[in-house]
Amino acid sequence: MNERPKRVFLERQNYRRRRLIDFIRMVPVFGAILWAVPLLWSTEEGRQVATSDAIVFIFFVWFALVGVGCVLARALRDGNDGSARTQD
Amino acid sequence: MGKSVLLIEDEPNIIEAISFILSRDGWSVATHSNGHDAVGVVMAAQPDIVILDVMLPGKTGYDILRELREEKGMVDLPVLMLTAKGQVKDREMAERAGASRFMTKPFSNAEVLEAVRELVNA
Amino acid sequence: MGTLNILVSVCLIYVAFLFLVAFAAERAAMRGNGGWLRSPLVYTLSLSIYCTAWTFYGAVGYAARSGLEYLTIYIGPTLVMLGWWWILRKLVRIGRTQRVTSIADMISSRYGKSNLLAVGVTILAVIGTTPYIALQLQSVTVSFEVFSDAYDATMPSGGQESNALLVAAGLALFTIVFGTRNLDVNERHHGVVMAIAVEAVVKLFALLAVGVFVVWGIGGGVSDILQRIDTSKIGTWQIEGDRWATLIFLSAAAFLCLPRMFQVMVVENDNEDHLRTASWAFPAYLMVMSLFVVPIAVVGLDLLPAGSNPDFFVLTVPLATGNDTLAMLSFLGGFSSATSMVIVAALALSTMVSNHIVMPIWLNTSLGGATVSGDVRNVVLLSRRISIAAVVTLGYLYYRISGGGTALASIGLISFAGVAQFLPVLIGGIFWRGATRPGAFSGLTVGFVIWAYTLLLPSFGGGLISDSLVANGPFGIGWLRPQAFFGITGMDPLVHAVFWSILLNAMTFFAVSLIGFPSPVERLQGAQFVNVFDHSTTLQGWSGDMVQSEDLMIMAQRILGAREAQALFEREAKRQGVTGVLPEPSPEFLQVLERELSGSVGVATAHAMVEQIVGGTSVSVEDLMAVADETAQIMEHSSQLEAKSQELSRTARQLRQANEKLTQISEQKDAFLSQVSHELRTPMTSIRAFSEILRDTEKLSAAEQTKYSTIIHDEALRLTRLLDDLLDLSVLENGQVSLNVQTGKLEALLDHAVATALTGSGSDSLRVLRQRGEERIALRTDLDRLSQVFINLIGNAQKYCDAEHPELRIDVEMSDGRVVVDFIDNGSGISKEDQAVVFEKFARVGVQRASGAGLGLAICREIMTRLGGSVSYLPGQGGAAFRVSLPDDGKMVPQ
Repeated sequence: MNERPKRVFLERQNYRRRRLIDFIRMVPVFGAILWAVPLLWSTEEGRQVATSDAIVFIFFVWFALVGVGCVLARALRDGNDGSARTQD
Repeated sequence: MGKSVLLIEDEPNIIEAISFILSRDGWSVATHSNGHDAVGVVMAAQPDIVILDVMLPGKTGYDILRELREEKGMVDLPVLMLTAKGQVKDREMAERAGASRFMTKPFSNAEVLEAVRELVNA
Repeated sequence: MGTLNILVSVCLIYVAFLFLVAFAAERAAMRGNGGWLRSPLVYTLSLSIYCTAWTFYGAVGYAARSGLEYLTIYIGPTLVMLGWWWILRKLVRIGRTQRVTSIADMISSRYGKSNLLAVGVTILAVIGTTPYIALQLQSVTVSFEVFSDAYDATMPSGGQESNALLVAAGLALFTIVFGTRNLDVNERHHGVVMAIAVEAVVKLFALLAVGVFVVWGIGGGVSDILQRIDTSKIGTWQIEGDRWATLIFLSAAAFLCLPRMFQVMVVENDNEDHLRTASWAFPAYLMVMSLFVVPIAVVGLDLLPAGSNPDFFVLTVPLATGNDTLAMLSFLGGFSSATSMVIVAALALSTMVSNHIVMPIWLNTSLGGATVSGDVRNVVLLSRRISIAAVVTLGYLYYRISGGGTALASIGLISFAGVAQFLPVLIGGIFWRGATRPGAFSGLTVGFVIWAYTLLLPSFGGGLISDSLVANGPFGIGWLRPQAFFGITGMDPLVHAVFWSILLNAMTFFAVSLIGFPSPVERLQGAQFVNVFDHSTTLQGWSGDMVQSEDLMIMAQRILGAREAQALFEREAKRQGVTGVLPEPSPEFLQVLERELSGSVGVATAHAMVEQIVGGTSVSVEDLMAVADETAQIMEHSSQLEAKSQELSRTARQLRQANEKLTQISEQKDAFLSQVSHELRTPMTSIRAFSEILRDTEKLSAAEQTKYSTIIHDEALRLTRLLDDLLDLSVLENGQVSLNVQTGKLEALLDHAVATALTGSGSDSLRVLRQRGEERIALRTDLDRLSQVFINLIGNAQKYCDAEHPELRIDVEMSDGRVVVDFIDNGSGISKEDQAVVFEKFARVGVQRASGAGLGLAICREIMTRLGGSVSYLPGQGGAAFRVSLPDDGKMVPQ
């Protein structure tokens, strides 16, 4: 392998990493927006959302955020390891 | 037979000139023109005085003189040094090497003659 | 009674177990094999002190009363953790680079190392945390009570208080033993962290166990429980949007600002990378913690008689169903929640109290300052221990005085709202360089006053604030009613308080910061904090020319311990390149020292201590820094200075080189002059000697006369030639030569050169072999100069070729666009060592003396350089061989 393709590859890694961090930055924003949905739910008598549905919704969001956060956090580490590995 | 002079010099014209002057004054003049074996030649010839040039092929006059002075019985041998380099440090080097007298080229014939006479009679 | 006894023994065994865990962790850390102590998992679990007894027991009660609103308390921190890249990463980095010991230390450090600010934050933190500690003590004693009620045992009179006292004492002891073991916070509290990590597992496991029991043991699985939920009194969504949003914001803010959270999250952080794991693992922990809260609440409401305290459903549901072991586990979970919170809160608060209140007072009152008086190390440890005891005692007293009434139940959110007042100052401090100390101070003050007025004081009921004041405002000013500012009524009191306190806090902070002008130290710290990722190392601080290193050493020994201090000083001395143990009191060294000290006594105190020894105040620093308008300018300036000093040393190096070169040139010049002198004097000697002979000798034969006059004549010619050569060389070397470029044929040029060189010698003296066919090359160059080179080379061959029948071969060849002319004779050539010097001036080779002065080849080389070509010795040709090479088109080197 000569120098040039390797450098291009690394730059791509770097670019990926930046976008990954962008995503990480946006996760809490998504979370805030999704958890703001209950603000739209009516508290008027008779038109209320059932607590079980609310639980399912809130915990589903929660679960999804944790899952995405986990994948991203691991990807961030793998990204580091990966760049080191490609230098071999 | 006059006293003997050994002239160690590499410039043929100068050899000729000094030989001429000293011969006319009754000295027997032997010449030698390179530095390598100069010490041995002096030891063999046992002259009354040595006239030594500094810039010699093979070895400088200073080195020859220094080695000569370490030989047995050569401490008091009169040595007249001639050099074409007229700097102060050359004179100092000559004195340190053990020259009896130091003269800068070009010299006057009379001076050389007088110096040789003085050194031998001293 | 038997079960109660078992409960007490289990409790004691559990406590002993925690002591053991902490002890083992400390030992492992001391032996250096505590790698597992610093895993991301332990870090994540240690964060769980967020979940106190209030959340362990209280969440179920909260859910039973208000449905899903309790989730906000977990959602806020979840968002903060998921957004770790925004805030936490920066906080942790700043905490590590600045060696921050607490949130008060952080804020004071950011705003110009102001101790006043630190004192303020400390006091507010104590005010906000004490009720919280009381709440934990209460939860433990009440949970005891629940057990004893269940078994109808009669507690001894005053048992509740003595229980609480016992628990408080035990917690204080634990915190003192494991929290003040070592002084440098950098050697973190492994024992404490490990213990709370274990407790985190216990409480999660306990709550999960109760939850699983409730869903699958009592209820009929998930769908059944969901059905039960919908039919219960909390079956529908009843939360007002403003409360939902405010509480999420509030819990997020508290998560960042609570002293105990700051302690585990920033101070105890071993590795920034742990945050990456915790960013999703802790939200997962929170999610699991809150998963079974509603089922437990709903089942409890179903199962237990109306009027039962829902706060203890976690205990009472297993007890009511006769599941003693589960109840015991649940009790341990609650116990863990309470104790871990108290331990870390006491640790965090004691650090603040000790560093920002006790130590400064001690430093001021003890005569002579840090150098003369006693062992600071012991004083610091003692003050920490006393502070821990004081904080826990305060919590206990609060519990006793408040009587464990219902006021405590709501204190959780009130406390959150109180510490949330740090948020604008904290966030502003790390993201906005314009934030100033007066801004921070006034913002905090305004926030806390409003918090106390609208939330804290009304919470005590009629005691401290009269009902009429709440209803009509102070002095009848309606728009200042504590729960309806500006006449806006109908807002939830908590939302109202949080909204106005944070808003006005932030606005005041912002406005005062805008109009103020920060001190240089503050501006530097601001830049350090805001741009922590750009430069994590540099920190301007001291000009230490007045300082005595010995004094600093004495002080550092007292705080860091003799061995560490000496190691530090030696390291710094080595870094400075100073021999011995004492480094120069350079600003960099003082900064390093201050940072090391701040790990033990906090930033402001360390600053104050170094200040005392440095001599008076940091006026010199401020003067120095005031010169520069902006921090950035200082940085730039210092980098310019650095560049300048580099430039200076570069210049010095160049000068040294130039000097060496000049010396060398001077020596060369001396040698050259000496050579010239020798070369001139030698013919002059002959001339003088023979002219004197001719003059003084009377009887000279005619032959002798002729001979001697010929010698004189020859030597005079030699002298002339020498002078000509010298002049020629001098002109060539100085580049003053003007080339006379002509066009000509190489063949003709060589003809002329051979003829000239061999003039006056017999035709058989040197045989020249040529290849005329090759020589028909047109040249455009200075033909006279080139001819000079040729003549010289041919002449040399004639003079020095020692063969019996001397021959010179002249080869001509075109190669690579260059004309190459080789002069090769059949003599013995030039020895290897002589080849190296043959082109040097006065270099004469071999034993024989010829009439040349030894300048010929030097001149040739100069000429060829001028003509854009070269002349070189060509080894391995049998005889002496010289190669002249010149450009084909005769291009010349530009003059």
